[in-house]
Amino acid sequence: MPRTAAWLALLAAAAMVPLVIRSEYVIGTLTLMYFFAFVGQGWNILGGYAGQFSFGHALFFGIGAYTSSLCFLKLGLTPWVGMWLGAAVAVGVGLVTGHLSFRYGLRGAYFALVMLAFAEIFRVAATNWDFVGGSFGILVPLQGHAPRLFQFGDKRYFYYVILAMLLALTWAVARLERSRLGYQMIAIRENEAAADALGINPYRVKLAAMALSAAVTALGGAFYAQYFSYIDPAIGFGPANSIEILLRPIIGGAGTLWGPLLGALLLGLLGEGTRGLVKSYAGLHLMLYGVILMGAVVFLPRGVMGALRSLGVGAAERA
Amino acid sequence: MTLIEVRSLSKRFGGLQALSEVSLSLAQGEILGLIGPNGAGKTTLFAAVTGFVRPDGGSVRLDGQEITGLPPHAICRRGLARTFQLVQPFPELSVVENVMVGAFNRTRSAAVARRRALEVLALTRLAPLAGRPAHALSIGLRKRLELARALATEPRVLLLDEVMSGLTPTEVDETVEVIRGIREAGVSIIVIEHVMAAVMGLSDRIAVLHHGELIAAATPAEIVQDRRVIDAYLGEPLAGKRE
Amino acid sequence: MTAEVVLSSLANGIMLGGLYALVALGLTLIFGVMKVINFAHGSLMMLAMYATFWLATTAGLDPYLSLLLTLPAAFAFGYAIQRAVIAPVLRAPEHNQLLMTLGLALFLDNLALVVFTADPRTLLVAYSQTTVPLGPVRLNLPRLLAFGGALLISGLLWLFLKTTDLGRALRASSEERDGAALCGIPVGRVHAMAFGIGTACVAAAGGMAVPFFYVSPEVGNTFVITAFVVVVLGGLGSFPGALVGGLLVGVVESLGGLIFHGSLAQIGIFALFVAVLLVRPAGLLGARHA
Ligand SMILES: Nc1ncnc2c1ncn2[C@@H]1O[C@H](COP(=O)(O)OP(=O)(O)OP(=O)(O)O)[C@@H](O)[C@H]1O
Ligand SMILES: [Mg+2]
Repeated sequence: MPRTAAWLALLAAAAMVPLVIRSEYVIGTLTLMYFFAFVGQGWNILGGYAGQFSFGHALFFGIGAYTSSLCFLKLGLTPWVGMWLGAAVAVGVGLVTGHLSFRYGLRGAYFALVMLAFAEIFRVAATNWDFVGGSFGILVPLQGHAPRLFQFGDKRYFYYVILAMLLALTWAVARLERSRLGYQMIAIRENEAAADALGINPYRVKLAAMALSAAVTALGGAFYAQYFSYIDPAIGFGPANSIEILLRPIIGGAGTLWGPLLGALLLGLLGEGTRGLVKSYAGLHLMLYGVILMGAVVFLPRGVMGALRSLGVGAAERA
Repeated sequence: MTLIEVRSLSKRFGGLQALSEVSLSLAQGEILGLIGPNGAGKTTLFAAVTGFVRPDGGSVRLDGQEITGLPPHAICRRGLARTFQLVQPFPELSVVENVMVGAFNRTRSAAVARRRALEVLALTRLAPLAGRPAHALSIGLRKRLELARALATEPRVLLLDEVMSGLTPTEVDETVEVIRGIREAGVSIIVIEHVMAAVMGLSDRIAVLHHGELIAAATPAEIVQDRRVIDAYLGEPLAGKRE
Repeated sequence: MTAEVVLSSLANGIMLGGLYALVALGLTLIFGVMKVINFAHGSLMMLAMYATFWLATTAGLDPYLSLLLTLPAAFAFGYAIQRAVIAPVLRAPEHNQLLMTLGLALFLDNLALVVFTADPRTLLVAYSQTTVPLGPVRLNLPRLLAFGGALLISGLLWLFLKTTDLGRALRASSEERDGAALCGIPVGRVHAMAFGIGTACVAAAGGMAVPFFYVSPEVGNTFVITAFVVVVLGGLGSFPGALVGGLLVGVVESLGGLIFHGSLAQIGIFALFVAVLLVRPAGLLGARHA
């Protein structure tokens, strides 16, 4: 199939990049792009497919980053294991917040606000808890090139790690999309009463979406903390991070497989295009994100994927 | 054998008694027509039976089991499915995917659900539209889709809320055939309908609601003669027209 | 912990609560009329604070006097923003409205960051440290003025809503979306007016806070999250709810500060917020749930 061939070619190209390009800068930019696509896909499971908009996904990101780093710092446990513990904790917290919210039928803006509040609670708590480093946060102690401890002498290793994570996630979400749970999540997003009438328990499906979404986002957070060897309450749990997480799937197209990846690519390119400016003025890139977000809401209400799709539909019907 | 047993079901909305002490039953393999003027409480009865509205009093039994107060999805899983008068498709999904969502009520496998959905689409004569997005369908076809989706849950009892109103005469005839086919497959059915010719021809029995009260339940031939039904709903000339 | 400490903390809480109430009034008015939760509310407050600060440092204008300039400007700004940014998404799905105001907040906050840098600034006025004795406690004069101002503005707003045609139209459209048409005032203009008035409210709160609160690009966020708590407590869209909720949150925060030091006091507010949202999303005063 030409389609499969195209994907394989793209994949091969992605795998070749660090071998061909020596620039640390380019590798770093691509690493972050994949990383944002990864956490964006995590948000997308709950916010896009299941339609439960969360304005507080930094909650799970922070939990993943903190758990993996703390396990290493305090117990000497390798982050390769710690990241899964972080995912497990995030699932636990997600189930609690999800249970509270969905039990009481919270949705729309109310749900978004509750998630924001939960993330803020964790941020304030982390800021005031010395055991987890207080407002200063955690510096992951560096051990040189130690692949077993998720530490690499060369940043290119991180590139391959996040590329593999992103591939695995994309494959898993593609499966999810075509599975019973995936269809049930979409049905709930599209019309909760109708889904209920067809034998779907909205509470349980939303909780499942929450758990998956929390786990993925936490894995992303763990990667971030190991990549930068640092995490603090604002970076981990802050509202700005929640916005960063949801921005790319929104721009690319929430509830679509390729939306988060497309969004990460577009914002990544945009970030490159405006890098000169951004360097001299702190905040400029977020200002731009604000404009993009507003523009996207008006001109691309279903993201780039939505626009592409409606073009496709138009073409099919004309044919 | 009685499949559905509704006893003294009541529901108030503020000052309005939408249902008062309604009792009726549905036998295995039966088609029961439910008629009555606008606002009589027909949709509310469906909603109370399927768990969308909590009744103030009374009970509903499905095959001898109490289902009053269960949430809608639990009732659907037990084999009682409904359609909505105001159609509620999943607009972003295609026609076949809409039906698959219903089929997942009985299977975990997407392949089985798709096969089942295609069968249902054939039965409901929607097969040629399988790939269309649901939001692109005409209102008549959306009603058919509503029916197909509910049928895909493999119910024992199907509650159809005005699946024929607003359809062209050809579409109505087609839908009548589809409903007969469903009954042949062993599903018992209650149909709410304002299209008199269709509901009279289709139903074994007719129940009439008026101001939330059940005022008659009898064969179509008896109903058209019933004084109270004529006064409340059918009216003389209309009753006359229905031979 | 002496009784004086508790009492003065209580008084401080009430005074701060008045300000919260004013911020929340703007938020709840906008929500009531348009059913839009304005994430940019705090950013609008922050802009007003910078404007006040700037007028004081360059023109030597007293922060309370400069309200005469900033309020009409804030109204006009809010009016224009509604027309340009909010109106296009009023019929869009709810989450797109949220994203719109979020984008606006992101833009304004970071605009301020670019223009004013992240350094917090404080404005010292002659009476910054002046206190007024009241029974056993001494009240900080600027806080007292802000509290009085907040009450005055809330009262005027209430009179306006009760007695004028436009006020009635605002209330009508917050009761049902198309109600304003009944009063013969175009719905679009009513919406823009509501956004303008809501912005003026939060701008007044911001301006009056400048003599005793630092100004920075993210200062609005602190207030707006508190204001969310307030409106949710009082019931989104409820006018008396915003007043009562504001005072309550001010007192809780202030008394909480006696027990927990620093930012930890905020946890109590968030916990309260979550609890109310979960148990009574319609608010403590039980306004009709939209
Ligand atoms: N959720 C509700 N809240 C308040 N009143 C309701 C509600 N649902 C229905 N009603 C009222 O109950 C009465 C019965 O409504 P219902 O929809 O059951 O009538 P119906 O027989 O299905 O009418 P139609 O033939 O027009 O569909 C109506 O007066 C309606 O306005
Ligand atoms: Mg009806």
